[in-house]
Amino acid sequence: MESLRKYLDKIKPNFEEGGKCAKLKSTFEAFESFLFVPNEQTPAKGAHIRDAVDLKRTITVVLIALMPALFFGMWNVGYFHYQMTGEESGLFGNFFYGLVAMLPNIIASYVCGLFLEFMFAQIRKEQVNEGFLATGLLIPMICPVDTPCWMVGIATMFAVLIGKEVFGGTGMNIVNPALLARAFLFFAYPGKMSGDVVWVADYGKTLDLIKNNELPANTIVDGFSGATPLGQLAHDGTTSYSVMDMFLGFIPGSVGETSTLAILIGAVILIWTGIASWKIMLSGVAGVAVMGLLLNACGSEAYTQLPFYYHFILGGFAFGIVFMATDPVTAAQTECGKWVYGFLIGVVAILVRVVNPAFPEGVMLAILLMNVCAPLIDHCVIRANVKRRLNRAKVK
Amino acid sequence: MSKVIKLKQGLDINLEGEAQKAVAQTIMPTEISLKPSDFACFKPHLEVKVGDKVKAGSVLFTDKNNPEICFCSPVSGEVTEVRRAERRRITDVIVKADSTIEYEKFDTNASSKDAVKALLMKSGAWAYLRQRPFNIIANPNQDAKAVYISTFDSAPLAADYQFVMKDQMADFQAGVDLLSKLAPVFVGYDAKVSGNIFQNVKNATVNGFEGPHPAGNAGVQISHVCPVNKGEMVIVVNPQDVAMIGRLATKGIYDAKKTVVIAGSKVKAPAYVSTYANVKVSDLVAGKYDSADARIISGNVLSGTKLDENGYLGFYDNGITIIPEGNYYDFFGWALPGLKKYSFTRTFFSWLSPSKKYDLDTHMHGEKRAYVVTGTFENLVPMDILPLQLIKATLAQNLELMEELGIYEVAEEDFALCEFADTSKTDIQAIIRKGLDFMVQETM
Repeated sequence: MESLRKYLDKIKPNFEEGGKCAKLKSTFEAFESFLFVPNEQTPAKGAHIRDAVDLKRTITVVLIALMPALFFGMWNVGYFHYQMTGEESGLFGNFFYGLVAMLPNIIASYVCGLFLEFMFAQIRKEQVNEGFLATGLLIPMICPVDTPCWMVGIATMFAVLIGKEVFGGTGMNIVNPALLARAFLFFAYPGKMSGDVVWVADYGKTLDLIKNNELPANTIVDGFSGATPLGQLAHDGTTSYSVMDMFLGFIPGSVGETSTLAILIGAVILIWTGIASWKIMLSGVAGVAVMGLLLNACGSEAYTQLPFYYHFILGGFAFGIVFMATDPVTAAQTECGKWVYGFLIGVVAILVRVVNPAFPEGVMLAILLMNVCAPLIDHCVIRANVKRRLNRAKVK
Repeated sequence: MSKVIKLKQGLDINLEGEAQKAVAQTIMPTEISLKPSDFACFKPHLEVKVGDKVKAGSVLFTDKNNPEICFCSPVSGEVTEVRRAERRRITDVIVKADSTIEYEKFDTNASSKDAVKALLMKSGAWAYLRQRPFNIIANPNQDAKAVYISTFDSAPLAADYQFVMKDQMADFQAGVDLLSKLAPVFVGYDAKVSGNIFQNVKNATVNGFEGPHPAGNAGVQISHVCPVNKGEMVIVVNPQDVAMIGRLATKGIYDAKKTVVIAGSKVKAPAYVSTYANVKVSDLVAGKYDSADARIISGNVLSGTKLDENGYLGFYDNGITIIPEGNYYDFFGWALPGLKKYSFTRTFFSWLSPSKKYDLDTHMHGEKRAYVVTGTFENLVPMDILPLQLIKATLAQNLELMEELGIYEVAEEDFALCEFADTSKTDIQAIIRKGLDFMVQETM
């Protein structure tokens, strides 16, 4: 440890202005502060002691909270792949298959995104912000497992460039970069992001091979369908999966979104540590419940009659409200605003999901829409605060 | 009956090194210094020269903009040095103290508001009256809406006024009586203390406050009792300084005796000492603390000022806190469980032991980052203020928005906890102070 510190001190001058590797200053600092929290001390006037938390720790907690959903998602990828082929496989077989299937996407998203982050930090002569470490994992988790890694790479670069850096970098972005990446894929490559065949690893490829007579028809188990419950519901208003399957995650879907239980564990970690806003999560759930009940009351089709609690465990709602809607930069920043923001996400998500036939899932669009509306919500809350102050001055 | 106001937001940080409730000794200063830098937005006009003999209550300098406001020596002795910094800016006016104090005599026959003002300004007591807005010395040319006295300091390791003031209550009451001639007096007391000695102060509106720090901050209490609107002014004064004003009213002398708490994990035997205002720090602490890697702070750990041993106690400060410096690299500090690390969040496993006392040092625990996290500040500021939005407006120097969001109601100390808990490690109190200076410059 001490020798590592000495080595870093020795090579540090190379990265300073005028040094041999001055162009890598931000990169060096990022790795140095990764190894050692710097020895900076508090200023002579002000708070002399500081909270131990910093952005690195905050992001670390988010990553830890994502782990249950990620690991379960990997298992789920293997499980459905082997369901399709009919091969026998155990817990580790499923997990290992999913891990191998996921890795290229995770690597693509981190490499492409971090490259841009480091580059922009250096151009701006700033330090590298840690926010992308969460975004980089979220992107492959909200895509179907069969998304090619080059698509993930392009989408990530689009999201970081257009979603974040053009606005001034971390803390300045208007929409959540991870969701922007997904939206980019959704509209640029719709064939790879929706339908019934993209959710199970290698399903589409196998179907093609069977069609071309390169594989026997019995490669796929008879009667296997890779459709998600949401896809089935949008089709005829019923689903073949049980509530328990959907809650635990025995359904196909984007990698991270399948198990509501795993996401709940993440939610508990985020709320308990105080990293994510429970207000957004709770009001989001309330929004879904209200909209679900409203549709029950006034709808006549089978889909509108779906019990409201189905919406919590279907599709990406749980993942979206816990990990996406709570992104503090793009959410409403006032505490009152958070209630409104979360509630409207719930309402809009279900509205798009049930009423709009073009989009089987509405969570991504709902969060992106509310990301854009969040400054407006905040503006109203701020004006209300200002008005209270002005009224106080008048009443005397 | 006084009412009790309960405040939810805030944080009490449990620190090691709390002072024993005993006056360990009485210390006569060898030297004092009056520092113009203790006063925000202030330019001094020097009234003495090196070699002059002064008494306690003799003018050392006055306010260039309000020449009636005098800044007086708390002890008698000889002016030995006037220290200056770049552009001849005065940093210290130093008086070598006599062993016994001789006092200037002031005529205490003041019944009208103007006479009280004149007495306070002439005797050096006016400087102890600060105003909201802006947290600067109160403007004598403006009528105050109220005089506000918070009788408890909720900051970590701060002086306990129940103990400090228990023998000075007659002086305190005399001070309140005099100040009530300026404007209605409001007193805020700590409702957690049963049988609070300030509960029955006369000639004042008394309110109880209950809650974690910053419940003891005058600014926080004012916002609940008599909020400062645009164009209004509330005078804020510390309890010990009220007692000093009381002695001025009854005896006609500027008697700046004060009880100072010496606390912090680096202090060998944390306790109280009885001494005088603006005393040299080495007189108070020499030999009483572990000097290796120690930071001496005049005031509390959340909003005090760093000093070296040759420094002097800050004008408004009632305590010295000594904590370890944090000059070290923390190997994977952000990743380890962190049982000994204190955090307002529960991101470190120290939440497992909530009642533990912490020995916190001056390490930053991270580097400056963009504002990302929201919702923390709102849990630390018990006022109807949007802290993050106000800070951002202040950074942008958007005068109109700062005014709308309540810059008139706050002082930098009200944001001390925000600065402590800030994930992005920005110096929020400095930002707010700069914003207040900017407002003063633009509006006064």
